[in-house]
Amino acid sequence: MTTIFGIPLAAFLGQLLIGLINGSFYAMLSLGLAVIFGLLRVINFAHGAQYMLGAFVALLLLQYLGVDYWLALIIAPLVVGLFGALIERTMLSRLYDLDPLYGLLFTFGLALAIEGTFRYLYGAAGQPYSVPPALAGGTNLGFMFLPNYRGWVVAVSLVTCLGTWLLIEKTRLGAYLRAATENTVLVQAFGINVPLLLTFTYGLGAALAAFAGVLAAPIYQVSPLMGTNLIIVVFAVVVVGGMGSILGAVVTGYMLGLAEGLTKVFYPEASNIVVFVIMAVVLLVRPAGLFGKDA
Amino acid sequence: MGALLQVANLHAWYGESHVLHGVDMTVGEGETITILGRNGVGKTTTLRTIMGIIRERKGEIRFGGRDMLPVPLHRTAHAGIGFVPEERGIFASLTVEENLLLPPVVAGGGMPLEEIYDLFPNLLERRTSQGTKLSGGEQQMLAMARILRTGVRLLILDEPTEGLAPVIVQRIGEVLQKLKARGMTVLLVEQNFRFASKIADRFYLMDHGRMVADFPVAELPDRMTMLHKVLGV
Repeated sequence: MTTIFGIPLAAFLGQLLIGLINGSFYAMLSLGLAVIFGLLRVINFAHGAQYMLGAFVALLLLQYLGVDYWLALIIAPLVVGLFGALIERTMLSRLYDLDPLYGLLFTFGLALAIEGTFRYLYGAAGQPYSVPPALAGGTNLGFMFLPNYRGWVVAVSLVTCLGTWLLIEKTRLGAYLRAATENTVLVQAFGINVPLLLTFTYGLGAALAAFAGVLAAPIYQVSPLMGTNLIIVVFAVVVVGGMGSILGAVVTGYMLGLAEGLTKVFYPEASNIVVFVIMAVVLLVRPAGLFGKDA
Repeated sequence: MGALLQVANLHAWYGESHVLHGVDMTVGEGETITILGRNGVGKTTTLRTIMGIIRERKGEIRFGGRDMLPVPLHRTAHAGIGFVPEERGIFASLTVEENLLLPPVVAGGGMPLEEIYDLFPNLLERRTSQGTKLSGGEQQMLAMARILRTGVRLLILDEPTEGLAPVIVQRIGEVLQKLKARGMTVLLVEQNFRFASKIADRFYLMDHGRMVADFPVAELPDRMTMLHKVLGV
């Protein structure tokens, strides 16, 4: 049997794949956080709850309306994105003039309320969501067996990250977002409706989280706490990448996912803390993060 | 000449501090008006209050007859007022061309992009550079150029020549002359006397948050002694 550093190659690649899958979710979630933080200066603690909502909307759509995975992949982000936009317009937007801490506390409370409600309604136990038939099974890559659905998740997450990056860096809307991040008042004076732009941005961030949630549903179980478990790691990713840096969020997301996977191979006991160790080291050496501006 | 902009008894505050104490002024269609005054008398505040950036305000601002006080900041440009701030406000995260195309076109009659590039060939040459990589003079050109595209009727400029080399100042003067020929109305704050005397039709002198004098450019020579005293130059 082929081995690498004394580890069977298949086990090594298997963990690397798990790392890549986790990294895909880290990247998509930290991307949304970075987009929101960049413009709104709000640390969106409700991001994990919005991810969970995405998965739940998909599950409920299937259970009650028989809506399949593919349609849920479109509907759930729309529903959660609109919900996010509503929250921003009616509540979050009232806090912009105050200390940023208020935004953080508000979204933290929101996350607790949403997750609490779902735990009350559906219990803490996870519910299964099956892999869509078209993506069932797997492919033998020769050196390992790749479940088709996992390959799909990695591909979709790459496309999503690239698409969001293009939206922000290459389009007119993206130019508005970047300019508003730099100088909100002047962008308004040019005749651009910045309050609407903020609402859209928060909705977009929430929709991205929900999209990741639908993608996650067949891999992890759909549970009210699925976001809580993930969001702490995602915050570490954002800190390592540099607050508000889109590219930083994406690259760091995949990188830390892989780092976690590799740690599982060589020293499994440390795999749960490796992300935070990296975060601590980065904060000591480059407090603004790997891709942060004021480093 | 009908008044395009009418300001009456305008007061403005920065939090607790009362900065404008009843500004009265009119800007006629097609006029170029320069506000003079020492530092800290409220010139920039007057511009920012007319623009709607400073919201703690009272009095009257009418633009083309329309009451501007209830108009939100992001609708001011759509009413037809364009603003070039003192710090120029070029965005570092946008290229020169993205900066140029950022303000939405609010009315017909704006300068087409080709014409803007004819007027400012440097901007065409450097259109893919990062906005803030331009020289100070080029940034000022860009800040003006991006407003010209939008089709606004009134251009508000805050110290367009500040910190720029004489040759650039001359260039800005030429651009303003061209705009005037096109019928653009311009309201600017300017410390550079010589520059202002070449482009302005009329002056307002400001002191302690209100206008204390108003005279056409022809009277400038007679007023010099008084101006030197008030401006302390």
